[in-house]
Amino acid sequence: MSGLDAIDVRVEGLGSLGTDNALPLLHEIRHALERLASTGEPTTIDLSSIPFSQHDRDRLFETLGEGEVRARVDAFGPSTVRETAFPGVWLVQHANPHDEELSAFIEISRLPNILTTPLADVEDSAVALAAKLAG
Amino acid sequence: MDDLTLSERLRQRGVSRRGFMKFCAATASMMALPPILIPKVAAALEQARRPSVIWLSFQECTGCTESLTRSHAPSLEGLIFDHISLDYHHTLQAASGDAAEHAREEAMKKHWGEYLLVVDGSIPLGENGNFSAIAGISNLEMLKEVAEGAAAIVSVGTCAAYGGLPMANPNPTGAVSVEEIIKDKPIVNVPGCPPIPTVITGVLAHFLTFGKLPELDHLKRPKVFFGQNIHDRCYRRPFYERGQFAETFDDEGARKGWCLFKLGCKGPTTYNACATARWNQGTSWPVESGHGCIGCSEPGFWDAGGFYRALSLPFTDVGETILTAGAAGIAVGAAAAVLNKKTKSDAVNNRETITIKDLEKES
Repeated sequence: MSGLDAIDVRVEGLGSLGTDNALPLLHEIRHALERLASTGEPTTIDLSSIPFSQHDRDRLFETLGEGEVRARVDAFGPSTVRETAFPGVWLVQHANPHDEELSAFIEISRLPNILTTPLADVEDSAVALAAKLAG
Repeated sequence: MDDLTLSERLRQRGVSRRGFMKFCAATASMMALPPILIPKVAAALEQARRPSVIWLSFQECTGCTESLTRSHAPSLEGLIFDHISLDYHHTLQAASGDAAEHAREEAMKKHWGEYLLVVDGSIPLGENGNFSAIAGISNLEMLKEVAEGAAAIVSVGTCAAYGGLPMANPNPTGAVSVEEIIKDKPIVNVPGCPPIPTVITGVLAHFLTFGKLPELDHLKRPKVFFGQNIHDRCYRRPFYERGQFAETFDDEGARKGWCLFKLGCKGPTTYNACATARWNQGTSWPVESGHGCIGCSEPGFWDAGGFYRALSLPFTDVGETILTAGAAGIAVGAAAAVLNKKTKSDAVNNRETITIKDLEKES
């Protein structure tokens, strides 16, 4: 990405205390999971709107772990969708065509929005397939 | 071409509906809107038409334009900038001289009452406004002329918003902000020296999406970006709560990333989105890189008494603080005096290379 990686800078950690900002978010996810289970209502959390250090992000991802599903969507740059070790908690990361992160969300849902096919595309598909069979 | 909506334009460029939804999610995030509003953003952007934008640069350093053109989500900002019709920006446009001025006049005539006016830089009033002129027209005259036909004005950067560095004491050019001159148009201030690029684009995207300016605070700043102070959103805030402070720029506390309040950080009195939006491709922001916030998005930050002076410290010294502290302020004054003494003695004891005193160059 840049020449910064070539500079030998050693960044000291934030100390064993950390900043504790991951913990409240994990509780928010817990509440969202309970809501999804009881009412079916999904929740989306925008990670870029939260004051997170890299330490916080690492701790959040470490706690959530890896689940069974991984998907990649190529639309206006790559997007990665990963289910965490807690089914129903998804990490959705959108990048631009230069592979730079645009936004990152935690989705608490049965299926992230980006994976469902838009209805308009389904309608277009029916027309397109019909035209292909007719031709 | 001009009549295409944003979604039609994206589709024409090969962006699928999934890609459009992703664009909307990123745009909503950029506008600091909650994710629940993403479908509304999508519905509005589906219908968004191409607005005309005229960008005027007055007494400024071009840092605001640099900030914007080096933003860290280039494709997203690029798509938004492709969709607006930037009809005049004398740094970025290819045309110059008469051709450039004609482009501005044409855009004004064609979109009278509908175009968005973006201004960076302050306006000099001294010497009849003759300190700064473009194409022989003083900044004051050009601002009044272009503002008259604008739907709304975005003052980008602390100079346009509050006067900025050109206004610093003794303000030799008589610099003032846009809102000191224009009183009859909706104005949104996007302060910062420079402003965060995603905040500039976020405001433009909001206008593009909803056809109006976002909700503003008492200083005409968009609440979504300036609603909370740096201190409240700072990842170092827990160190402040625990009373763990860096006393000099190279002591143990500084190395451990403790709170920079005592080194003059203006985070508690500065409202901006640096802590979450970050800078330089999302790499870092001033506090994360080890320097306190200088409060560059606040009015008068340039004459506020020193970047390295802690907010609770008196401007001169302890004696004067006690004299100037009113009845209600005595407790604060006393606490500040203790802090002042402690900071000075700690700095002497722990001195390694640089202290606040060195930086202030005071006796």
